[in-house]
Amino acid sequence: MTENKQWEPKIVAFCCNWCSYGGADTAGMGRFQQPASLRIIRVMCSGRIDPLHVFNAFLEGADAVLVTGCHLGDCHYVNGNYKTQVRYDFMEDMVKELGLEPERLHLSWISASEGEKFANFVREVTEQVRKLGPSPLKPEGVN
Amino acid sequence: MAQSEINDDTKNTDEPRIGVFICECGVNIGGVIDCHAVADYAGTLPDVIRSSVNKYTCSDSGQSEIKQAIKDNNLNRVLVAACTPKTHEPIFRACVEEAGLNPYLFEFVNIREHCSWIHMQEKEAATEKACELVRMGVSRASKLEPLQSNEVPVTNTALVIGAGVAGMQSALDIADMGYKVYLVEKNPSIGGKMAQLDKTFPTNDCSICILGPKMVEVARNKNIELMTYSEVEEVDGYVGNFKVKVRHKARYVDVNTCTGCGLCVEKCPVEVPNTEFNEGIGTRKAIYVPFPQAVPLRAVIDKSVCIDCGACSRACSSNSIIMEQEDTFSELDIGVIVVTAGFDVYDPEPTHDFGYGLYDNVITGMELERLINASGPTMGKVVRPSDVKPPKKVGFIQCVGSRDKKRNRYCSSFCCMYALKDAQLIREKYPDSEVYIMYMDMRTPFRNYEEFYDRARDMGIRFIRGKPGKVTENEDNGLKVRVEDTLTNDIIDLDLDLLVLSVGAVSSESTERIRQILKVSRAADGFLMEAHPKLKPVDTTLDGIFIGGVSQGPKDIPYSVSQGSACAARATRYLAQGKAITEGITVEVNPDICVACGICVPMCPFQALSIEDGKLNIIKALCKGCGTCAVACPTGALQQNHFRNDQLLAQVKNVFTFEE
Repeated sequence: MTENKQWEPKIVAFCCNWCSYGGADTAGMGRFQQPASLRIIRVMCSGRIDPLHVFNAFLEGADAVLVTGCHLGDCHYVNGNYKTQVRYDFMEDMVKELGLEPERLHLSWISASEGEKFANFVREVTEQVRKLGPSPLKPEGVN
Repeated sequence: MAQSEINDDTKNTDEPRIGVFICECGVNIGGVIDCHAVADYAGTLPDVIRSSVNKYTCSDSGQSEIKQAIKDNNLNRVLVAACTPKTHEPIFRACVEEAGLNPYLFEFVNIREHCSWIHMQEKEAATEKACELVRMGVSRASKLEPLQSNEVPVTNTALVIGAGVAGMQSALDIADMGYKVYLVEKNPSIGGKMAQLDKTFPTNDCSICILGPKMVEVARNKNIELMTYSEVEEVDGYVGNFKVKVRHKARYVDVNTCTGCGLCVEKCPVEVPNTEFNEGIGTRKAIYVPFPQAVPLRAVIDKSVCIDCGACSRACSSNSIIMEQEDTFSELDIGVIVVTAGFDVYDPEPTHDFGYGLYDNVITGMELERLINASGPTMGKVVRPSDVKPPKKVGFIQCVGSRDKKRNRYCSSFCCMYALKDAQLIREKYPDSEVYIMYMDMRTPFRNYEEFYDRARDMGIRFIRGKPGKVTENEDNGLKVRVEDTLTNDIIDLDLDLLVLSVGAVSSESTERIRQILKVSRAADGFLMEAHPKLKPVDTTLDGIFIGGVSQGPKDIPYSVSQGSACAARATRYLAQGKAITEGITVEVNPDICVACGICVPMCPFQALSIEDGKLNIIKALCKGCGTCAVACPTGALQQNHFRNDQLLAQVKNVFTFEE
């Protein structure tokens, strides 16, 4: 199945319920077409996104991982995204340690009204990852 | 096995038996995704007992099919692949609950907004992605566990913070519904900004004439306990059970015996600018009654300028002056909170917008309100500050501090209307005067507002579409304003006697202080943020806390009053029910592996966590279920229900498939 098809990246996005998940919804409502590369996992707050989840995604075969949430100052839970920011800095360091290209991990604050921004973000990251090719951490045989 | 033999107790805890329902949503999903192929694929996944396709799963027949399938197949998990959980999750949770399942055993997969609508030209890829999204959802559904919502009792009292017109309306409505209201106002009198205004648009009726009776009504209402010259200092607790500490600032006057006669004010030798009520125009004494219609009509001493001469004390016939008075505090048990903490008028002084603060005869719209007000410092005479003479040529500049990327981007919404009103009042009072309004756009929606604009034009007020580029002062303190009329492309030099800046609203310091105490979110414009811009316009994301008036964003009087009433209606729902349901998605600690290190405690913005007697204590009613603390836990003892690591990691794992 994989051989006769062109390789397409698989990107795991963690979205918070209130902002970025809503942004993805708004992108859909606006019919902003995107590559079919994204798989969204919904959490209540970006503050719930654990480095454990992110690196598991890489180990399972993700070609890129997106950490997304509300704009700073707009967190539904007051300041969860500030904690996400701190944890993200750590994740970035880890990505380097693991020898992954930094373009495989992204952070973006997207409000529920920013559908176009969400779609553009997905397009840009997918394009970058297409150029990079499959993740070096992707286990053999995984699609 | 006959249906009657199904043991309800085991329904939720037995091996997962998942029913999958794929929604075509008419052609919204079905037009792109091969839903039958997705349903067939779902049928091959572990724990899936049955799968099917519906035209509209959320319809009555779609929901009936789910309920029937739960019965027929003894399902203990339900997955619907359709639109977004943001709108439809509550519907399906209620549906499975009606069929006897715990609502948290429902899983939603979004294949419309996140799939069919964004891959409209890639039907094959969309179908494949939908299969994968369903696979991820099924893996998560297998691991779902029943959760219980918590019910907490609600104290049947309300706190309204800020007694402007919105807060007064809110307090009156709640009180009239039969509940006790504490109305806290930081100033010595209630009334807010509306008390300072002269007339109100679009009827030009006198502001205090309509507000005054309402202020008296507030004071007389038996269910309202008025706390003026008081501020909320601390708020603890959660919906239905707030503990509120209020500081009552010392007035140095006994409010119970003072009659507001004003004899003390006459005798007081200290005069300072009246910044509180008259925008710094004219003076007041160190002891003063805020304004003639103040409620309560009581004197207050400004200790920062008082010289302790005792003249007021000697003048007072009721011995009401208490120089040694100190601040006192109240502790209140509160069920619901309404925030109507008001706004500040944009201050053009620091940046000297259009020469304000540099030239005497450039004033703000609020200063004009006080000048034109019959009970104001000039008894209603509009005069130039430089020579106290009536101006012949008056100009207004619109959008000062608003609709400006360097100041505030938003429209303050009421400035066009108040400029039209003040321009009309000047023309009425001084028929020989010339009045100019320099504007970018005149914004006059709502009933009778456009007609009001027409009337201003009929009265000979001149409109120049353009924002002035330069304001300079003449030798006689007049002002030269250079503006381009963008409708004619003419550069116009206006010689004016008085220039009024139509300043907008900015979020007030006191609103920001209350916001930080209550932990309500702030929108990008600095005002308080509502839970949903359309469907929950006065709710906050915090249960039991509501926002209204200009503290939520710039708006005029009718809109503020409506929001005050809306807050009252939303808030009293809790009081009427006497109980509140708090979210079932909370964090849970496994005491066997928790080492009580306390790392999680500062993570929680709601103070739900504490270490007590060497153990982690979680106040479930305070936990909003964000899960931030769970990430911080070094031992894995803290888990967020419904978003546990095993549930999320199952989803992650099932993004991918393994092929030999």
